[in-house]
Parts: sequence; C-alpha cells; structure tokens
Amino acid sequence: MSATTAAFDTARPRWRATRGSHILLAISTLAVALIVALLLFPGVFAPYAPDTNDVQHTFSPPSSTHYLGTDQLGRDVFSRLVYGARYSVTTGLVATAIAVVAGSLAGLTAAAGSRLADALIMRLTDVWMAFPEVLLALLVIALIGTGSTQIAVAIGVAAVPYYGRLVRGQALAVTKAEYVEAAKILGVPAWRYVLRHVLPNVGGPVVVLASLGTGSAIAAAAGLSLLGLGPLPPTPEWGVMLAEGQTYLANAWWIAVFPGLAIVVVVLVSTTLGRSLQARSLR
Amino acid sequence: MYASLPRFLLRRLLTGILVLWGAVTVTFFAVSAAGDQVDAILGPQAANLPGLRERVAAEYGLDRPLPVQYLDRLASLATGDFGRSYQRSQPVTRLLGSQILPTLQLALSAALVGLLLALIATVITAGRGRIVRTGTSVFEVLAVAVPPFWLGILLLSLFSFNLRWFPAFGSHGISGLVLPTLALAIPLAGVLAQVMRQELELVEGRPFVLSARARGQSRLGLLLRHTLRHALLPATTMSAWVLGTLVGGAVLVEKVFSRPGLGTVLVNAVQHRDTPVVSAVVILAALIFVVANALADMLYPVIDARLRETSRA
Repeated sequence: MSATTAAFDTARPRWRATRGSHILLAISTLAVALIVALLLFPGVFAPYAPDTNDVQHTFSPPSSTHYLGTDQLGRDVFSRLVYGARYSVTTGLVATAIAVVAGSLAGLTAAAGSRLADALIMRLTDVWMAFPEVLLALLVIALIGTGSTQIAVAIGVAAVPYYGRLVRGQALAVTKAEYVEAAKILGVPAWRYVLRHVLPNVGGPVVVLASLGTGSAIAAAAGLSLLGLGPLPPTPEWGVMLAEGQTYLANAWWIAVFPGLAIVVVVLVSTTLGRSLQARSLR
Repeated sequence: MYASLPRFLLRRLLTGILVLWGAVTVTFFAVSAAGDQVDAILGPQAANLPGLRERVAAEYGLDRPLPVQYLDRLASLATGDFGRSYQRSQPVTRLLGSQILPTLQLALSAALVGLLLALIATVITAGRGRIVRTGTSVFEVLAVAVPPFWLGILLLSLFSFNLRWFPAFGSHGISGLVLPTLALAIPLAGVLAQVMRQELELVEGRPFVLSARARGQSRLGLLLRHTLRHALLPATTMSAWVLGTLVGGAVLVEKVFSRPGLGTVLVNAVQHRDTPVVSAVVILAALIFVVANALADMLYPVIDARLRETSRA
C-alpha cells in the first residue's frame, strides 16, 4: 500500500496526460474487465477443477496440456490460479473498501467537524502512520484471529490513515470554495453540504488512491496468507499456493513462481489504472 | 523554521515522545477492547477449569481496573519492561532480544543497497533520451510491483537451486544475507528512483543549473555537486517510512529464506494471540520510525546548504 501511496503523494501536477496515458487507461480497463470475468466465471477460463488430484501427473512442468504445470498432487496450477483469484483479489478489494469507507468518514469528520475533532483525528493518523502497515496488520490479526475476512479487515485498518489524510485535505480545499460558503451562509446544515457538495468533489482522488491501493492490498493479503495467517490449504489462495510451492522449489519452480506472477500482474493492472486515471484528472 | 536549531530539535523530540505515547495507548486499548486476555493466555481447553482463570488473571495483573493496568503499562514501558509473553511465560524483552539483531541487520543492509541502486539508476539515466528514460521507468514500475517475498522466491530458485551460488536456508554470514537483502532492496530502489528522478528533473529546470552549465560545469560535475543533493531530499524525508516498510517486509522475507529474526517469533505470537509480544514489536517499530524521523531532521542541513545558512544566523 505504502509504496504506491508515496508515489501518489509526490506526483506533481506538471505530469501531463499524453496519448500514452489514454492507451494505458484503455489497456488497464480491459484488464480489470478480464479480472472481473475471472472472478465471476472461473469455470469458463480454467481447463480443470482447482482440487482435482492426478497422481499420474504430479510435478509436470508447464506444457500444452497443463499451461503452468501441475503441483505435488497433480493439480493444474493455471486452474488453481484462476479459481484462487476469488480469494486473493476479493480480499484486497474488501480491504480497500474498508479503508476507503473508514478513511472517508474520518477525513470528512476532521474537515467539517470542530477544531478539536480535527486535531484529535489528525494526531491519531500521525500515530497510525508510525506503525509499518504489515506489523499493524499483524497486530490486528493477533487480536481478531486468522482467516480471509480477518486479513481483509487487518489490511484495511492499516491503510485507513492514508485515505483519511487525503479526504481531509481535499475536503478542506472544497469547503473553501464559494458555492460551499454560499451553502453555509444559507444555513444548510454541515452533514448536508458535506454529502451534496464536498463528497462528490473528493471522490476523484480517492478513486485514484483506491485503485493504486488495491494492488498493494492484494499483495499484502497474499503475504499474510504466505505466513499461514489466512485460509488453509487446499484453498487455492495465491499466498497459500506460494507457501506450498516453496517446499518444492528445488525441483518444481513453477508451483511457487506463477502465483507470485499473478500477484505482480494484478498489482501492475491496479497501478496502471490508478496512474492513468490520475494523469487524466490532472489534465 | 530552523531559526533556532536546539529549540527545533527539542520540539521534534517532544512530538516524537507524543507519537510513542499515542502508539502505546492505541495498542493498549486495542488489546483490551479485543476481548478477555485470560482466554488468550489459557486457550479454549483450559478456560473452564475452576479457579484457574482467577489465578492467571492475578498473575498477569489482569484483575485490576483498566486505568490502573494502563498506568502500570506506561510505567513499566518507561523502564524498558515490555511485559511477559502469554505463550512462553518469559519476559518479552528476553524473547525478542536475540531475534531483533538479524532483522535489523537485514533491514539496514537492504536500505543501504536500495539507496545505492536508486542512486546508480538516477545518475545513469538523468538527462538521457526518451528511450532510456521510458525503459527505466518501466523497470521501476515493475520493481515496485514485485512483492519482496516473491522476489525472494525467484532469487532462491535462480541463484540457490539452479546456479548454487548462495545458500538456500539460514544465515551463513555475508553469503546468506545477499539474496534476502536484494529481495527487499530492489522494490525499494524502484520507489526511491522514481521519487529521486522526479525531483531531479524538476530541479534541472532551475536557473542555477543553467548558470552552472554556462560557467562550464560538466554534466557529471553538476549532478554530483548540485542537483543530486536536491534529489536526496525527498529520499531523506521518506527514510522513516522506508525503515518501517523494510522491517515489515523483513518478516515475510525471513519466512521465505528461513532466516532467524523477528519474523518467526512474531508469526508464532500472532497465531497464538500472544498480544504482549506483538504489541512490543509494533511499539518498537514506532520507536524506529520516530528515531529515523529525528535523524532525517538532523540530516537536512547537511544535505541542503540553504537550511545550514539560516541555522547559523
């Protein structure tokens, strides 16, 4: 999460949209559509079931019958990756959704609330950001237990302050705009002009950050599963597959290498989408 | 801002202490809100034995009112006492003490190598043609997208199992440190190089660069003497975040390389809900963050002459 956040923070307005960014936006949108299709209809893409053992063909290297090879039980790695997207990608999406909702609430409260509320929330985000995200996520898991849902909550909680900061900053800028001043003078209650005017204007940057953040949330979720804190084998979750495959790295590299490659592809798609959206909004 | 350096440093020290206090407070109340700690200590089987709960609660001081526990926690942390592990029933400091060095060693060497790689990439590609720059930015985006734990698996597969250049397991001196360091350093270098090149390209449009070139300063001389300092500033600002991320990433990389360190202890503690151990690691990480930020503040005047001038006045 942080890697992309840092890149986001330092992006400068002089970075203009070019023709390249339109092409990248089109490609990444297509890729997102493809990932959504994988999530909804894995059976269409996967040639085998994710949990069919085939003791005749264990450890087969990648070939035309098994595109990405088979694992120690003869299960098709490609099919497992396709079905596993349901676990890995969904966990990252849920984590980001949690961070967006909680961060927006905190940021809007800080921007529209009293000076004291603002100071309290901002100091709390300072403290929050002093914890490295992986460690904070580990603390949350120690408190609420292991599992897919718990991992999503943990990663979401760790990312909240980045969204809170962004939303507060954007909201403060919007609140100074004349139409909001006008609404205030007309006696429109705070919750109402926040919902009507501030929130829609804050949305753009949040979508960009969420798009950048989803990729790293997916990578973080796979990392926590790799540590054995997520779903258990034989779930085809990508981090679990990595952990299982690592045992056989000496003679069957493909079992561990391809789940990681899947993570990299998803992170690249999410980063490219976020950046081309960002380039568009800065135009 | 730098009108008086001692006062500025004092203020930063106070902010640092406040952040640490906040970190301790947040973890304390998060832990106590998450449920009865006696359950975490005893586990599901032993929880119903008569009298045991009371004895354990008394042993760990969990039978006292929450505010008293909190104040006691603050007081003992001030003396460096992080409490006792639920699972191993020994002081957390002793449990972590032997494990923290390998992790710090890994994180620091990754920070150095990452910065070095980023510097090399920046120096080589700055001011070059479009193809070189597009090529490096593609490489940087790739480097950032690769999770260190998977990069570790790739390096293991290639250099340990196929080429047999480096050991696959454990920490055998320097040779055991090379691959885990690279696994952490390459993604970091991607982030740093992006930020540094952006800053460098921004600075290269400034008038002083043109006047230095007009004086006959060579491209390399200009880079080393003037512009690279500017590029280092955002990297310095990020240093606390970098160290924190490296310690977090080290936990995963240690697992991949079966290295000793905080990773093994921490994951074991998370699985057994051993909250004193996990809170201690989180608080230590916050301490590293605060210290690194303070060091960065002291480094700014060394890198940036403008800040030096004002602090002397």
